[in-house]
Parts: sequence; structure tokens; C-alpha cells
Amino acid sequence: MSGSTAESAEPAAAGAPVPSEPVAELSNITRMYRMGEEEVHALDGFSFTFRKGEYWAIMGSSGSGKSTLLNILGCVDRPTGGSYRVRGQEVADLDDDELSTFRGAELGFIFQSYNLIPQLDVLENILMPVMYQDEVPEGIEDRALELAKRVGLGERLHHRPMQLSGGQQQRVAIARSLINDPALILADEATGNLDSKTADEILELFDELHAEGKTILLVTHEAEVGRRAENVLRLKDGNIDSVERGVSRDGEATDAK
Amino acid sequence: MRAVRLGVSSLLLHKLRSFLTTLGVLFGVASVIAMLAVGEGASAEAQDQIRRLGSRNVILRSVKPPQVGDEDAEMRVLSYGLTRDDFERISETFPGVEQSVPVLQTPAEVRSGQLLCRPRVLCTPHLFQAVTRRDLFSGRFLTVQDEANLSLVCVLGYEVARFLFPFDTALGERVKVGEHYLEVVGVLNSRLPVGTITLDPSSEAGGEVFVPLSTGRAYYGERQTQMRSGSMDIQEVQLHEIIVAAERDIDVPVIAAACRSMLKREHDEKDYEVIVPLELLARAEETKRIFNIVLGSIAGISLLVGGIGIMNVMLATVTERTREIGIRRALGAKRKHIVTQFLVETMVLSGAGGVVGVGVGLLIPWIVERAADLETIVEPAAPILAFGISVLVGIVFGLYPAWRAANMDPVEALRHE
Ligand SMILES: Nc1ncnc2c1ncn2[C@@H]1O[C@H](COP(=O)(O)OP(=O)(O)O)[C@@H](O)[C@H]1O
Ligand SMILES: [Mg+2]
Repeated sequence: MSGSTAESAEPAAAGAPVPSEPVAELSNITRMYRMGEEEVHALDGFSFTFRKGEYWAIMGSSGSGKSTLLNILGCVDRPTGGSYRVRGQEVADLDDDELSTFRGAELGFIFQSYNLIPQLDVLENILMPVMYQDEVPEGIEDRALELAKRVGLGERLHHRPMQLSGGQQQRVAIARSLINDPALILADEATGNLDSKTADEILELFDELHAEGKTILLVTHEAEVGRRAENVLRLKDGNIDSVERGVSRDGEATDAK
Repeated sequence: MRAVRLGVSSLLLHKLRSFLTTLGVLFGVASVIAMLAVGEGASAEAQDQIRRLGSRNVILRSVKPPQVGDEDAEMRVLSYGLTRDDFERISETFPGVEQSVPVLQTPAEVRSGQLLCRPRVLCTPHLFQAVTRRDLFSGRFLTVQDEANLSLVCVLGYEVARFLFPFDTALGERVKVGEHYLEVVGVLNSRLPVGTITLDPSSEAGGEVFVPLSTGRAYYGERQTQMRSGSMDIQEVQLHEIIVAAERDIDVPVIAAACRSMLKREHDEKDYEVIVPLELLARAEETKRIFNIVLGSIAGISLLVGGIGIMNVMLATVTERTREIGIRRALGAKRKHIVTQFLVETMVLSGAGGVVGVGVGLLIPWIVERAADLETIVEPAAPILAFGISVLVGIVFGLYPAWRAANMDPVEALRHE
């Protein structure tokens, strides 16, 4: 799949004038809820393009539409208007089954409360998205093992989620989000339930993924967390409030060098 | 297979609840099997008894008509029942009759030494054995010569032989039947299965002594005298029973109808009865069918209750695991995956109940047979049927919860606490 090109592409250079290929293109997205007589526009004509290898923090006050946006990006919710394309695929064209398969193949989810399946062990949880695909790629178990090691859980492959700490569970979730080499990694308050030290470790993991060229969208309300991302997109009343590109990334990059 | 394993591990998270849920199906399945086994056994026993009468036979019996007045008559001869003329008419004019066998019964006591018993003493020609399909235990049955010579011989039923000659063969011995000594020439097998034989020769089933009809008429006559609380009770019956054997099964109803109309014409009183084992068999068959339907419905209701229990628990489970459903959906599970997952869990529950239920259902008839001395028959189809139903219950009652699970909105499901 196009995932292989991610390997060849260099991490988007800071402030590089040549933009990488688009991964998620949203144009004039609306998401309207009807509350009795009233119409609530959680997203109101939102247009934006997330490109390959970008690391975005999506911020904004409560009720600004962050979760709604993430749900639409994650294809668990459908917009009431507008067009959303992932890797060129118009999401509106997919029926429910196709959309399910698409989520499993193209998207990686990381939730605030980890959301592992309690009756499955670490390895099985990591493999979860693949299990629902029509074709299971060859050597996927090895890949799961590799990912488990990568997030530091190589010794706990057959532990159940209950037997792991919050930080460890979130690592499993991260490994799970990577199993299908997704076009987009969507994280909703991924560090919200963790103490600051553990949160930091998770954020470091995100930095690594970013360095490898993964496209990450991280919803957060913590300025601290937002500052670690390459770019920050601020929402207000269901639309874009401000866009800050390459701000913190510059700092990070210079620090690292 | 993976789905089943996952289903089991989900169910094991709530061991007690899963166990209690399966109980309903377990008892349902067990009761289906047990009830069918007991019902089948009971009807098999009844059918066996009827078949012993001979399914190709029509049996005519003399019946003492309801007495009218004359209660104070100290000594009177009550004359009733089948006549020799009846017998002649049947054996000579009825089509489709292979054989007809007259039986005269005499109320004589049977003795050997100190031992005395009161079996049914049946005076009948040699044809009796063939028509009633009785097996010989030893010796021979009555013959044409016995009949012609008015021989003073008799054949004992197994129980009588055992009673009068407990340690020895009865063959060649003389027994006193009424006032006359008869030589035992044969012993008939019991009509009861081995093991259930009671050595009570007065019991209806086995207490029989057979005497040639001609001998019976000559020595004991057609008057049956019995002493009853001081007063004499004399009856005159020419024939107690006529067994009419049809050539083919399909002749039986015709012969039965002919007998009925003939007897009705010839007899002023209803001093006879017509027993048609084939009709009884058909009626027993019908009774069994109704019995099975009733038992089946009762068992079915308990399965239904079990199914409702499962559905109840599965609905609770689905609600409880709303979040899990949301996660699975987000990670790529289609609706059909969710349906399958919960359906498999329900079927594992009901299937487990079914398997154990089959075990219990086989155990109950086994215990009943030993404890209550009732015959039970487990048809091979019964456990299969019962298990199949339990799985079906799983599918039927699992569909709705599974459907509910699959149709949750993933966003809502993920937000669920
Ligand atoms: N299921 C829903 N039904 C009705 N209104 C909703 C629903 N979900 C979100 N909203 C509304 O949409 C707006 C944006 O919500 P949300 O995306 O959850 O904001 P955020 O995650 O930034 O706090 C809010 O005003 C909220 O009340
Ligand atoms: Mg929110």
C-alpha cells in the first residue's frame, strides 16, 4: 500500500516550502445536531488539509468541536455536509461495511481511556484492527510482536489490560494504532488520564513516530501537550480559530541538533 | 473457532452469571429427553401388552350382563355369553378368517400335593398356541389327538409350573385340576419378560393351565360352579372366549365389524365384548402422540423460559459492553462481526446448557428405571433433537441482543461509560 512511501519520504522538514502530499482533505465540512427545534452546528463549514508526516495538536475550548472533528476524521461519524477525502478516497462514497474496513485499514485510534478489550491479552489487543480485515496480511503476528517490543511491552505479551498500568495500557493502544500502518493516527486526549511523567513518555513516543514520518492528529486541551506538537490548530465554535505552523517543532528541532 | 474461544473467555468473566443462565436451557433439554424417554417407555409397554394379544386377532369375550332383580334368588343358573353357534358361524361363514379358536374357562382349583393355586383353567384346542403365538418352555402343547381322545392331559403356564414344582420339571407329573388328575405334557413360556416374573400363579398374566376343549367339556362341563360366601353361584357359559385370527392385517377391521354385527343380531343382551388389539394399538398410538405433544410442549416451555433467560442476560451484557462494541467498531469491525460475536456467545451459553442437559436428560431415565421400576426408552433422535433445539434457542434468543449491539452508533458507544 501507499504506506511504503511513508518510509521513503523524509520527515517534513521544518518550514519546508514544498508541501508533502495531502492525507486528509476536508472541505466545507458541517456537522449539525438537531436538538428538538434547535440546530447545533458542531462543525460549521470547516475546511483544512492535513498532509503526510505532519504532527498536529488540535486545541480549543470545550464545545468548540474538537471531538466532533476527530470523529469525522476517524470515520466513526459522518459529516452532514461537505467533503472528506482520506488518501484520495471520498468517505461519503463508502457504505457502512466499507467504512468499517476502511477504518481498520487506514486509521489508527488512541483514546483517552486506552480502550483495550479486557478479555484479550496484549498481543491480541494489538492485532485487533487486523482481525476484522477481510485479508490478514502475512507475518502480522511478527509485526505485532515487534510493535509490542517497540513500545516496551515485549515481556508482557500475554498480560491482560487489567494487569497493566495506565501508561502501559496506552502503549498497547499505540502499538495497536500502528499495526495496520495507518494513513492517520488520531489521538483524543491521549495523555489525559496519565500522570505527567508517564504522559511525557507517551509524548516522546509520539515524537519518535513523528520523526518516522507518521501523520499524527492529537486532540488536547493542555497547552503543555500542544506545545510538543509541530503545528497547532485552534478551533472555535466549529471552525478554525488559528493555525500555527512549525512553532514548537522549530524549538524541538534545534534542541535536538 | 477463534470466535468461540473469545466467546468462552468473555463468558468466563462472569462465571456465576453464565452458569445460572445456562441452567434454564440445561433443565429444558434434560426434561425434553427425560419426558420423551418415560413417555416412550410407558407406551412401548402398553403396545407390547396389546401386541401380545395378537395384532391380527379379534378377541370375543363373554361378559356377565348387568343383573336385573332376583338378588335374593339363592340358587339360580345364570346363562349368558358366547355360544357354540357363534363359534360355528364365525369359523364357517366369515371371509378372511384364518383360524378361530374357542376357549372355555373352568373355575377349578389346581393342586399338586400340598400346593394349591387358582389359575385360569382354559379349555381350548391345539390351535390356541399358534394363534396367540406362545412359546413352549418344555414338552409339547395340546394336540389334535388330545382333542380327539379326550386325553386327560394339561399344559401349564410357566408360573403355575414353577409354583407347583419349584425344584423339578413338571413334565410327566400329575396335577389335580378340580376333581380330575391330569398329566402335565408341556410348560409354556411366560408372556412377561424375564426378570419381571412374579411367582404368583393367580396373577392375570401367567397363571394359566391349558386343557383340551373336548376334555374340558366332558369332565368339567359348561356350568361353572363357585362357592361364594356360603351360597352357590352357578353360571352357564358355553364359551368364554373366541379368538379369531385374520389371514391378513387388512382383514381385521372387516372381521371385527362382522363379529360385532353378528353378535348384536344373535344376542338379546350385551353379554359379550369384542376386543380388537389392532384398534387398541391404533388408539395407544394416538394416545402416545398426544402424550408426546403434551410432554413436548411442557419441555418446550421450559426451553422457552431458558431462552428468555439467555436473552435477558445477553441484553444486559450488550449494554454493559457498549464501550467494547464501540471500540471494535472503530477498529474496523463490521456490523456482521458484532452480530457474530454476540450470537456465538449466546450459542455457547445455550450449547453448554444443551450438552450438560443431554447428560442429565440421559441420567434421569436411567435413575427412573432403577428407582421406580418403569420402563424408559431413549430414542437416539431425542438427545440430538433436544441439543439441536437448545442451539436453535441460542440463535433465536441471541439474534435480538446481537442486532441491538451491531446497530449501536459507534460514537455513542465509545462515549458510553
Ligand atoms: N451527540 C450530540 N448531540 C447534540 N449535540 C452535540 C452532540 N455532540 C456534540 N454536540 C455539540 O456539538 C458541539 C461540539 O461538541 P464537541 O465536538 O464534543 O466539542 P469539544 O470536544 O471540543 O468539547 C457542542 O456544542 C456540543 O454540545
Ligand atoms: Mg470533547
